[in-house]
Amino acid sequence: MLGYILRRLIATLPVMLIVAVFVFLMLRMTPGDPAAIIAGDNANSEQVALIRNRLGLDEPILSQFFIWFANMLHGDFGESFFFKKTVAELIASRLEPTLALSVVTIIIAVGVSVPLGVLAAYKQGSLIDKVVMGFSVLGFSVPVFVIGYSLIYLFAIKLNWLPVQGYQRIADGFGGFLQRLILPAITLSVIYIALIARITRTSVLDVMNEDYIRTARAKGQVEIKVLFKHALKNAAVPIVTVIGLGVALLIGGVVVTESVFTIPGLGRLTVDAVLARDYPTIQAVILLFSLVYVLINLAVDLVYTVFDPRIRY
Amino acid sequence: MVSRLLKIVTLVFAVFAFGGVANGKTLRVALHSDLKIVDPIWTTALITVNHGYMIYDTLFALDQKLAVKPQMVDRYETSADKLTWTFILRDGLEWHDGAPVTAEDCVASIKRWGARDAMGQKLMSFVADLSAPDAKTIRMTLREPYGLVLQTLAKPGASVPFMMPKRVAETDPQKQITDYTGSGPFIFKADEWRPGEKAVYIKNPKYKPRSEPASGLAGGKIAKVDRVDWIWIADAQTQMNALINGEIDFIEAPPHDLLPLVAEDKNIELAVFNPAGRQQAIRFNVLHKPFDNPKIRLAVAYALNQKDLLDAVIGSPKWYIECKSLFPCGSPLQSTKGWDDKFTSDFAKARALLQEAGYDGTPVVLMQSTDISSLSNLAPVTKSLLEKAGFKVDLQAMDWQTLVTRRTKKDPLNAGGWSAFLTSWASVDILDPVATSYLNASCDKATFGWPCDAEMEKLRDAYARETDPTKQKAIAEAVQLRLIEYPTHLMLGQYVQPQAFRKNVVGLLEAPSLALWNIEVK
Repeated sequence: MLGYILRRLIATLPVMLIVAVFVFLMLRMTPGDPAAIIAGDNANSEQVALIRNRLGLDEPILSQFFIWFANMLHGDFGESFFFKKTVAELIASRLEPTLALSVVTIIIAVGVSVPLGVLAAYKQGSLIDKVVMGFSVLGFSVPVFVIGYSLIYLFAIKLNWLPVQGYQRIADGFGGFLQRLILPAITLSVIYIALIARITRTSVLDVMNEDYIRTARAKGQVEIKVLFKHALKNAAVPIVTVIGLGVALLIGGVVVTESVFTIPGLGRLTVDAVLARDYPTIQAVILLFSLVYVLINLAVDLVYTVFDPRIRY
Repeated sequence: MVSRLLKIVTLVFAVFAFGGVANGKTLRVALHSDLKIVDPIWTTALITVNHGYMIYDTLFALDQKLAVKPQMVDRYETSADKLTWTFILRDGLEWHDGAPVTAEDCVASIKRWGARDAMGQKLMSFVADLSAPDAKTIRMTLREPYGLVLQTLAKPGASVPFMMPKRVAETDPQKQITDYTGSGPFIFKADEWRPGEKAVYIKNPKYKPRSEPASGLAGGKIAKVDRVDWIWIADAQTQMNALINGEIDFIEAPPHDLLPLVAEDKNIELAVFNPAGRQQAIRFNVLHKPFDNPKIRLAVAYALNQKDLLDAVIGSPKWYIECKSLFPCGSPLQSTKGWDDKFTSDFAKARALLQEAGYDGTPVVLMQSTDISSLSNLAPVTKSLLEKAGFKVDLQAMDWQTLVTRRTKKDPLNAGGWSAFLTSWASVDILDPVATSYLNASCDKATFGWPCDAEMEKLRDAYARETDPTKQKAIAEAVQLRLIEYPTHLMLGQYVQPQAFRKNVVGLLEAPSLALWNIEVK
């Protein structure tokens, strides 16, 4: 197992290298010049050229790449063109809100969707099944901002239970932290509840007619144990895959939800950096997202072994 | 039963107060942008100008009526030949770190700003010597009389001559400063600044306000709150919701189409604090067909009309005026001389001009910024009106940053070049022919579009040298008439941006830039 993990981790290196080259080249090929943006409306060509020189953007692309890559190998991701801060500092400051939102969203989504999916499978064809599947379709169809604004209108403006927007760091108080995270996490979890409930239902239905389920029932196991211990465990592999992808997507940034609820997360940092053509920041966050995807895929593969002992690495 | 349950839940949530009610000494504002750069000399970004007015002070400033008034300067005098200007600083001015403000600090500040700002560069081109004979005296010796010394030192809008300590002002003008010590009414809390989230300012207890009442950006700047939080809320609808819910006290730039949401709210008020507002404009690239011909550019003035363009962007006439003056309506140089018959969508006249100019059907490559709603809406209306006049228009959509880059390119139209784009600017940035950068017609040295007209440059230069306001006004009118012969850009109407604030916020000032002093949260 350890050897497998090491091999997978080593295999991430060429992946990251390809991503680094790809992102670097894409950014240089995309229209938009950070120097012109920094120079502002009243600048003439000379001033723009001067800024380009100071940022090192007038160097040949290969030279720019090797300087960036060499610095990155030393853990230096550079300084943002706009913020007078290092990229590492910027990302670090945005990591907590993104992680917090992702974790709370996944907890809500899994906590609600898995029992719902199992219940829908158990009651296949019944009203409960139809309601769960109906909610699932709705969850996919309604845009996230509509859900967000609706929740804000009800719980913040009409009932005045929760704040409209903002993020409070855990260090500044857990109550406030949770209170500001509830609405965005519920908003985001709707689509994941829909997705995971659907997958759970299908997966559980697939195993409900297996011999071991019949055996468990014949042994006199109570139905809830049959469902959650025998059926769900054997149906878990596709569910874990979907949850893993969901976590990766969440950490990769959920721009709309972050904007609607004013959460200073990585999604908004990425969009702001792209709009401003802040090359060092974009390069670093895309690399980070790629790394997250690779690591979460590895984690999902490892979790498979817990649910299915036949899987060996 | 349901109402009892609601009461219980409300109580539970009340245990975790979320700060919906302001502490009486903190003002929470949502501004038009996130504060990304904190060096107001290095960038022309409006949000950084707002930041500058919080923590720095200026030698001179514009009052509510846009008249120049001394600010850090106590008194000043000019020699009879108008070549030597002497400015004496007020007593007791201090930097945030407690050190006294000296004339040497101001000289270094003017030099750094003068190396970056277009108006500053113009002023410095007239300056033979800038010195500090003693701690409170700044002496500026000119090579020849210059009519805009005070207007330049008092300029608001983009790139304001803010005063900084000498050690800060000696930073290379092409590099950002890292020391945010100022002498303004608030102190920047760099340790609490979280880009993308918030910027925090606290009251400067050492600030010595002028004795006159606050007026515009001049007069006594008294910080009446202990703390100002700039909360960055990217989503306009969320800004409105936060204001309604009492989570913020003030919105600087609520979109016009969302104003009805709060217009009827008994806790919220709408008001305009910058009546000069903004002017919409179309900028031409004179290097390539079809706009290399001034008559074809003039045909655009006949094809367009300001009402349609303002309706598309602002909607309610309550917030805009049709203004055919080159310099903003309401400003000292306002005049419609020569322009009354234009912006009437007189398509027959526009077609006649096109024919006279030999327009060969070359498409106008009109760049449309799609991520700024006001500019995005302008473009299709402009296209439609131009086509009705006989132009062929190739509308090309892109984000603003792509547009900003592309407009610097002089390439031909078939190689990524452009013919025109639409923009808007603060009226205080275009108060006279020198300040209006789009009137710069010095060919390669001009900003993008590169107009090249010796006559226009002669008039701008004459304006800069003229010291008599009456004669200046006459020259400004001549510039406006010259614009008919040689259009560098066209003015497409003027609008104001109302601010939305809770009624417990009092003392907001009418000013050409955002002024957050003098405000109380009751």
